[in-house]
Amino acid sequence: MKEPLITEELIKEHGLTPDEYGRIVSILGRTPMFTELGIFSVMWSEHCSYKSSRLHLKKLPVDAPWVIQGPGENAGVIDIGDGLAAVFKMESHNHPSYIEPYEGAATGVGGILRDIFTMGARPVASLNSLRFGPLSDPYHKHLFGGVVSGIAGYGNCIGVPTVGGEIYCHPCYAGNILVNVFNVGIVKKDKIFYGKASGDGNLIIYAGSKTGKDGIHGVTMASEEFTDDAQQKKPNVQIGDPFTEKLLLEACLEAMDKGLIVGIQDMGGAGLTSSSSEMAGRAETGVELELSLVPLRAEGMIPYEIMLSESQERMLLVVERENKDALIDIFKKWDLDAVVIGKVGGDGFLRVNWHGKMAAEIPATKISTDAPIYDRPSKRPTNQDELNTLDLSKVPDITNSGNDALKKLLASPSIASKELVWQQYDHMVRTDTIVRPGSDAAVVRVKGTKKALAMSVDCNSRYCWLDPYLGAVHAVCEAARNVACSGALPLAVTDNLNFGNPEKPEVMWQFIGAIEGIKDACIALNTPVISGNVSLYNETKGDAIFPTPTIAIVGVLEDADRALTQWFKAAGDVVMLIGQTKEELGGSEYLSLCHGIERGLPPTIDPLKEKALHSVLIKLNAQGLLKSAHDCSEGGLAVTAAESAFGFLIGAEIDLGASSLRADALLFGESATRVLISATAENADIVEAAVVAAGLPIARIGKTGGDILRIKAKDMTLIEMPVSELKSIYDTSLERGLNQNEHI
Amino acid sequence: MFAIVVFPGSNCDHDCYHAVKHVIGRPARFLWHKETVIDKDIKCVVLPGGFSHGDYLRAGALARFSPIIKAVTDFAKDGGFVVGICNGFQILLESGLLPGAMLRNRALKFICKDVFVRAANVKKTPFTATYTEGRVIRLPIAHAEGNYYADAGTIDELKTHNQIIFNYCDKDGNISDEANPNGALLNIAGISNKQGNVLGMMPHPERASEEILGNSDGRALFQSIAQHIEGA
Repeated sequence: MKEPLITEELIKEHGLTPDEYGRIVSILGRTPMFTELGIFSVMWSEHCSYKSSRLHLKKLPVDAPWVIQGPGENAGVIDIGDGLAAVFKMESHNHPSYIEPYEGAATGVGGILRDIFTMGARPVASLNSLRFGPLSDPYHKHLFGGVVSGIAGYGNCIGVPTVGGEIYCHPCYAGNILVNVFNVGIVKKDKIFYGKASGDGNLIIYAGSKTGKDGIHGVTMASEEFTDDAQQKKPNVQIGDPFTEKLLLEACLEAMDKGLIVGIQDMGGAGLTSSSSEMAGRAETGVELELSLVPLRAEGMIPYEIMLSESQERMLLVVERENKDALIDIFKKWDLDAVVIGKVGGDGFLRVNWHGKMAAEIPATKISTDAPIYDRPSKRPTNQDELNTLDLSKVPDITNSGNDALKKLLASPSIASKELVWQQYDHMVRTDTIVRPGSDAAVVRVKGTKKALAMSVDCNSRYCWLDPYLGAVHAVCEAARNVACSGALPLAVTDNLNFGNPEKPEVMWQFIGAIEGIKDACIALNTPVISGNVSLYNETKGDAIFPTPTIAIVGVLEDADRALTQWFKAAGDVVMLIGQTKEELGGSEYLSLCHGIERGLPPTIDPLKEKALHSVLIKLNAQGLLKSAHDCSEGGLAVTAAESAFGFLIGAEIDLGASSLRADALLFGESATRVLISATAENADIVEAAVVAAGLPIARIGKTGGDILRIKAKDMTLIEMPVSELKSIYDTSLERGLNQNEHI
Repeated sequence: MFAIVVFPGSNCDHDCYHAVKHVIGRPARFLWHKETVIDKDIKCVVLPGGFSHGDYLRAGALARFSPIIKAVTDFAKDGGFVVGICNGFQILLESGLLPGAMLRNRALKFICKDVFVRAANVKKTPFTATYTEGRVIRLPIAHAEGNYYADAGTIDELKTHNQIIFNYCDKDGNISDEANPNGALLNIAGISNKQGNVLGMMPHPERASEEILGNSDGRALFQSIAQHIEGA
């Protein structure tokens, strides 16, 4: 490649506005060179600079006594006791996965794993949150298969279990799928590493795979809408090599353990550019690189390409001179390249040389501090009020049997068993998974302690579309409720904010509403946001996805032996419903699936009540008083009861008694802050008293046992089905949908 | 002393170490794949699961060229005990320590789940000596290439010398096609060599060695060999 001249056309091609270009000229005091233009273009892309979101992200709570590192580093860190810390983050790989699902998803996993072990932590568990269009569309079948195999291919090979996640299918994702991947690692509290290029004169070492031409401008692609030419962007997608990453992981952890590393950052999005400039920026030092020393796998690469390549499985390390040889020996042992490519400077400049000739010279901190920040206009969509109206009098209630509706809900890909997916993920490697995928939260023990980590990822984007604020509150509360249902105390959040084009005021309105919702819920639950990712421009030809602020929460279970699951454990236990059921059908899966209606308002929710619910669940479980706990969400009480029955094929007789509410709202309404629990007959009184004392409603609604799920209400038998028959629908629907041309 | 071999890409090495050292409480150490000598105090070598060298080629096809394999081969010839689990089993096949080969799973997908296997010829190897003949145990599998294949002559040999140790079965012990997760011939999940000192198995006993993991059916395998070594 030859270096072109800087023209207006070229500036535009780099996604820079005339105003942004003006800023570059004023920072440099001259016209940028080609490599410099490339550096600014990627660093000021939406993906790297958060220019549309930064102003609003500042509102999120980030502190708590247990937070060791909040947003701004490679990942967030919380104290989990016993001298240990949990390091976690979630990140999106939406755009690349739509174009090349296997590599897009695989490199998403690779990227998040590097963010975790860069901090010195050993990755111990992954989750993912996936959104596809309808699986009746052959391209989405292809995307589904590719994304799942990509996650499996990378995670299984590197030996980090994928322990849970969620999948939703909706036409709003037909042009933009979402692939959000989460990882958590564990590190000794006094052995956390940061992405800082400290110490004037220290060496900069490049380690890992060689640099190729793949993924150049990947972050720029992730900062634009798709048009008709999405498939033309395949060369922007990176290629993953999990084996090399496994070697890199072991080599880095070994070098860290021996105290040989001063600072470290992975070369992910925007590659060498972001790692070098961010490390210099954080440490307020400078970095000087000689690019001719970078190991290359393609011929004829120029500085611009080397700086912008997003080749995977690469790390940038800062090392003291006397430790250089020892460090390189470790990488040699693992058959990896590790070469000195530069040094830390003291004057704040990022200097990039090519065979001794200057290719870029930029004040490093200015790249981030002087990045544009936009207060983009926002506007409530004109049709929002209309969208929020729902006249239930026109929706026929269930008067006889809800069996068919229940069967339909259990077959919906958003609710149906995802076993066929997680069977492709090694979810047991490391022998820590004590609650496997399929329950509310996954639970992994922490070897060497009595503790376990519980984690869940969640977002109901239909709720967010109907009301971004309420939807976001629900996302936080439900993720936390899932964690609490396993007996663990939710401690902190990582978020992945997936939205459309922020230059549209309606999308900004959704974004700001969601941020407010996350903020309020996180404050109430005392779960600060310690890391995250923003993915905007999830639009194709002007159609945006539903706002999807995906929330992942990590909690600590003090006694791993007490991990609670959602499944009924024995016949004769008392079934109780905590929380109040209201006539809330707006935005429900039931209305969408059985009546084709997607409107109204999501259920009301009070995060303080939610907090009280979590506290009482955790307390009761710690005392060994609960046999099962399952949160009521999509599909309402009936689906919750059915799923509780599936684990050990234990049925239940439930009677909801007299009620002024519609029968379908009782069965399938999604009123928030509700949990279905079971307890032995002897313990039921104590449980009931504790819940009442916590200020929450609780009702004894039935008993476990038999092989039938029967739900009565208002003197009618609304549900009466053999558990095995329901389970068979639940277990096989996703596979049927993927294999046949059946609309699911 | 148990030794767990670490190939680049091994990822069940720490799990096996944990099962030996912390679950059954026996001494254990790691052996790097570039090592060439197996010390005298080592009585049992474990080839753990994982993706040695990435397994971009046939699983185990590159690991067999690791220096340690020569040492393991000599160790086995001298009667040392060797167990290969999952990728370890694949490596034993590739290096000729056990007969046969692995094909891709018949569904062409990676499968991670609990399966039932029936223990047969349990007295053939000290690894299974404490299981009762015909006992059905539950163990996890996690592989993409576990579809055991061998020619008819080899299968006959395996049968004649009682070398088939584990077969996939249903919970009642029926060895059926429905209970076969990957298409393996005769539902074979594990075999030994003629002498009975080398065992290869696709299921992961180390993942089923503790009550907290919901399953301890695999622990007896480690205990069994440990007791045998100590008795010897």
